[in-house]
Amino acid sequence: MPIPPTVRVSTVILLLGLAAFIVASFASLPLAWSDLFSAEAVRSSSEFLHGFMPPDVSPAFLRKIAIATQETLAMSALGTLLAALLGIMLALPASGRYGSALRAITRTILNSLRSVPELIWASMLLIAAGLGPFAGTLALTVHTTGVLGRLFADAIENGQRLPEATLRINGSKSIAAFLYATLPQTLPQIMSYTLYRWENNIRAAAILGIVGAGGLGQMLKYHLSLFQMQQAASVILAMLLLVAMVDALSFVWRRVMTTA
Amino acid sequence: MLFFYANNKDYPDPAWRGRVTGVFIALVVLWALLVGSEFKPWILFDARSLSATGRFLNGFIPPAHSAEFLTMLLHATWQTVAMATAGLSLALLGAIPLTLIVTRRLSISALGTGRISRLTGLVRQCVRWLLVLLRSVPELVWALLLVRIVGLGVTAGVLAIALTYCGMLGKVYAEILESSDTHATETLLKNGNGRLVAFFYGALPESASELLSYTMYRWECAIRGSVVMGFVGAGGLGQRMDESIKMMAGNEVATMLIVFMLLVAASDGMSKLLRRHWA
Repeated sequence: MPIPPTVRVSTVILLLGLAAFIVASFASLPLAWSDLFSAEAVRSSSEFLHGFMPPDVSPAFLRKIAIATQETLAMSALGTLLAALLGIMLALPASGRYGSALRAITRTILNSLRSVPELIWASMLLIAAGLGPFAGTLALTVHTTGVLGRLFADAIENGQRLPEATLRINGSKSIAAFLYATLPQTLPQIMSYTLYRWENNIRAAAILGIVGAGGLGQMLKYHLSLFQMQQAASVILAMLLLVAMVDALSFVWRRVMTTA
Repeated sequence: MLFFYANNKDYPDPAWRGRVTGVFIALVVLWALLVGSEFKPWILFDARSLSATGRFLNGFIPPAHSAEFLTMLLHATWQTVAMATAGLSLALLGAIPLTLIVTRRLSISALGTGRISRLTGLVRQCVRWLLVLLRSVPELVWALLLVRIVGLGVTAGVLAIALTYCGMLGKVYAEILESSDTHATETLLKNGNGRLVAFFYGALPESASELLSYTMYRWECAIRGSVVMGFVGAGGLGQRMDESIKMMAGNEVATMLIVFMLLVAASDGMSKLLRRHWA
């Protein structure tokens, strides 16, 4: 018989710690399970779910949904576009082209932009930009700048340095050397990161409105707070459809790009 | 430059028309985007908005640091972490059995012929659709709906995380199990073992570290998600943050943002530690 594998003490301690953590989580939360599974709760939630049927599909309402969807798409596209431009600008110092001090500073800025989620940015930007899709667009821009700036900077840092150095040694200006040697190397990566973030941002833009920043989310929040469940159901269906379409398109696109 | 080449009779630019059309289309699309997202940057600079922003940002320094506020914040932060942990534990409770059903690798009817019997195929497909439904409704929308059913507070948040992450974990676990080496699992099944035995002694050891590291990654996501869900009334740090932003209490928001970043960094560190341990 082979010898059974030994169990490390540290594994046991970690597992016990994890179990204690989970138990502590459940124990410390004021969870209202009894409310959830009481007959009263079952009745009220089934009533709630029945309220969704049938979803409102009147042409007038569908037109409103179409406008909100368009708004969501516009927010995500413009937010991603602006973020890609800002990201490139910040990626230059963040890739260490202007010294390590600037690199550290810009990377810190990018990290802090990135670590705050879009939704929190949106709710803060509402103060400056007011309710509506503009705040949402800015929120997407700010968060995505952090994400893309970091990715772009890494892409630039990982690129071959020799072509640019050669141009510089032969007397081209710094900008020309970057545009003709480093940028073409990293452009495919930059494009694919940007498209990937756009895909993410469409999903994010659909729900950003829940704090009042425009698009489908704002519509959902509006109808839910007026208890217009049938309208809310249509908005949720529209969100699901939008996300499913984005998923399908990106799947097809990726397949085309990898097989071509 | 552009016009120089276009007007030069000796060297006409062969791509001139395409370039102009491209620029024109890009401008039209950009215009549509600007209109669609009501992009009006000057709003940021009108007097009212500037004064509001100024007041809000002025409050940031110094961040709020009274003992009472910090105690409240600590409580809210723990609530957020606990919400994420409890939600993810419930999600695992649902995801693990569903994974066992969905994974084709563990199919017994497929043995020998390689074909799956119609009934089990149907069951598998239904569970797959259930997982798709669970994860395609964003967690924030789940939270928004659940707040209506169970009321404001952490219960809605925990349930929202449990539902969404059940869908995500179930799908990705099945994918990981499908893509691992099949030899051990197949041998066990072919020699008459049940699917649980095949799972525990074949499939699981093969991909345990990958499953674990994905779970840890999702736990990090759940922490961020539970903060965000606070904004629709699901308790924890997010709800406090929402209140402070609405009251334009810049100093409180500043502290909360710092705490949030520390929290994200800490969860990142912890998940790295665990991943390294089991890698």
